[in-house]
Amino acid sequence: MKVHEYQAKEILRRYGVPTPRGIVVDSPEDARAAAKQLGGRVVVKAQIHAGGRGKGGGVKLAKDADEAADLTKKMIGMTLVTHQTGPEGREVRKVLIEEALNIDRELYLGITLDRRIGMPVVMASQQGGMEIEEVAARDPKAIHREPIDAVLGVQGFQARAVANALGLTGDAYKKCVDFMQKLMRAYIETDASLAEINPLLLTKEGDVLALDCKMNFDDNALFRHKDIVEMRDLNEEDPLEVEASKFGLNYIKLDGNVGCMVNGAGLAMATMDIIKLAGGEPANFLDVGGGASAEQVKNAFRIILSDKNVKAILINIFGGIMRGDRIAEGVVSASREIGLPVPVVVRLEGTNVELGKEILAKSGLPLITADGMGDAAAKVVAAAQGK
Amino acid sequence: MAIWADKNTKVIVQGITGREGTFHAIQCRDYGTQVVGGVTPGKGGTTHEGFPVFNSVREAREKAGASCSLIFVPPPFAADAVMESADAGVELIVCITEGIPVNDMMRAHDFLKKSNARAVAEGRSPSRLIGPNCPGIITPGQAKIGIMPGHIHSPGPVGIVSRSGTLTYEAVGQTRHIGQSTAVGIGGDPLPGTNFIDCLAAFQADPATEAIIMIGEIGGSAEEEGAAFVKAHVTKPVVAFIAGQTAPPGRRMGHAGAIISGGKGTAAEKMAALEAAGIHVVKAPSDMGKRVSEVMGR
Repeated sequence: MKVHEYQAKEILRRYGVPTPRGIVVDSPEDARAAAKQLGGRVVVKAQIHAGGRGKGGGVKLAKDADEAADLTKKMIGMTLVTHQTGPEGREVRKVLIEEALNIDRELYLGITLDRRIGMPVVMASQQGGMEIEEVAARDPKAIHREPIDAVLGVQGFQARAVANALGLTGDAYKKCVDFMQKLMRAYIETDASLAEINPLLLTKEGDVLALDCKMNFDDNALFRHKDIVEMRDLNEEDPLEVEASKFGLNYIKLDGNVGCMVNGAGLAMATMDIIKLAGGEPANFLDVGGGASAEQVKNAFRIILSDKNVKAILINIFGGIMRGDRIAEGVVSASREIGLPVPVVVRLEGTNVELGKEILAKSGLPLITADGMGDAAAKVVAAAQGK
Repeated sequence: MAIWADKNTKVIVQGITGREGTFHAIQCRDYGTQVVGGVTPGKGGTTHEGFPVFNSVREAREKAGASCSLIFVPPPFAADAVMESADAGVELIVCITEGIPVNDMMRAHDFLKKSNARAVAEGRSPSRLIGPNCPGIITPGQAKIGIMPGHIHSPGPVGIVSRSGTLTYEAVGQTRHIGQSTAVGIGGDPLPGTNFIDCLAAFQADPATEAIIMIGEIGGSAEEEGAAFVKAHVTKPVVAFIAGQTAPPGRRMGHAGAIISGGKGTAAEKMAALEAAGIHVVKAPSDMGKRVSEVMGR
């Protein structure tokens, strides 16, 4: 799960990580008041779940409270397009008004899971303010990597190594060590999957602060973080994906016209791949999960069909836990209830497959049956092309 | 011969009185697996669907001689179940549970490492964890320890290892005419207990395995590491498929581990690494069986 910058900073503050003073607002009046409270000269930052906001015009300096109000008026309601939003962009609904600081240096500090070693790794670079991927591609040696034992937490020498790698000395060095330890605690205790401080700011006054912050959280651990769940902003998510998640369906909208309903994430990806190989374009990823009911199949159908680009649907089920007869019943009742506005190709395998095929055949519905994934893909692509 | 699971494996089910645990304990027993009981804390001493129920894994190991545990415990408690099994000295731990927090698994891995070091120092066998978030392991005709449909399998010489459950079934379905030595689903989580290299090494050493199918997906670098291992140590033919060739970056494709992040973990990179290691890579998931037939000449 993702959160906004202002929410991530709220979390950091709970752990004592220094951040600039800031107030989140959604109107020019509130922006003016906030700027006054923060001393007049402020930065206005659009709050969307995507990076690259600065380049897209979503981060602006205001010299006083009036300008902060003006900028806020322009930003609220605008569609911000960055390299991470895709061409459709995201609507700005809130801005963060933050005190403007005197920048000495912009550094980079990030924590994420290193799957290869099974530990969180701290990445630190003196080249802050730009995408870490760019730095990694251009100058990999510029990134210091410090693996941290999640059970033991960050050790003193590790935090010192990070501060050293960032080229800090004196008071700033000590502040960075403290920053690092607190940030790591925040990362572990909130079950974060990413905590990225870019830039990590060294001010002319010698303070070390999180000027920007991006945090992602492990979806599987949200059950023990009610406060973080409350930060979820549904406006930032695809409405169909949100709808699907209510029914325990894993749906991701794509750009093609062949709808897919599959059990299992791997098979769902493979189904998308084979549709592409057959000359079609998948309209979505949809995993109905292991123990889907007829009700769930119906919901999956409805969600796939609410994407108006869909010209044909492929149902590819290899039953393990999921029984073929149950899927077949779901398909039949969903088809009866919703109708079949587009051709549907069904490929069933696994447990109770014969029973499932019998249910489909007896239904009298114009379902196209297929044997094997290759056959199913060829049939559904042809159907989507109106052949 | 086979790898890790055979007719002598004695299985207990952790979470046996739950809906999933009950259903699959029966399915495994019906397949012929030696399911010697189950564990549900607080229900020890009772029987459930003919299975003796124990309060702890340690008790199940002592009284029923369990050498393997199959875990259906809900996600918040699953890492604890893994650690309990390791602590009791269970050799094979198969964790089906999906949705375990990464931090919990990091702790469980840490625990396993230490308890395995102790086991080795004391002359006992270390524990192997398969999963979590996996379909389990099956040696056709001998033992089914997991949630896969048993009837699609047949004994034979193809070893299968996969990060995806249903794609494992797909590979099994496509090799029906040849048969499988053992099929292992290593799971879709970012931190699996058993990885490609473990399985590849075991299949290479297993006389019953003549060829290997390896099924990967986007995210991480486990496939690339597997490819390097194949190049250095595997002489048996390997056929591979990578799911997610059409997946967009930055989107988690169902499995917690299946995400292309920072331009890393793409299918194209993985396929290139596998090909460079001399592995027979198929583009279409429907070609796995055909290709393995070709390379085996049967």
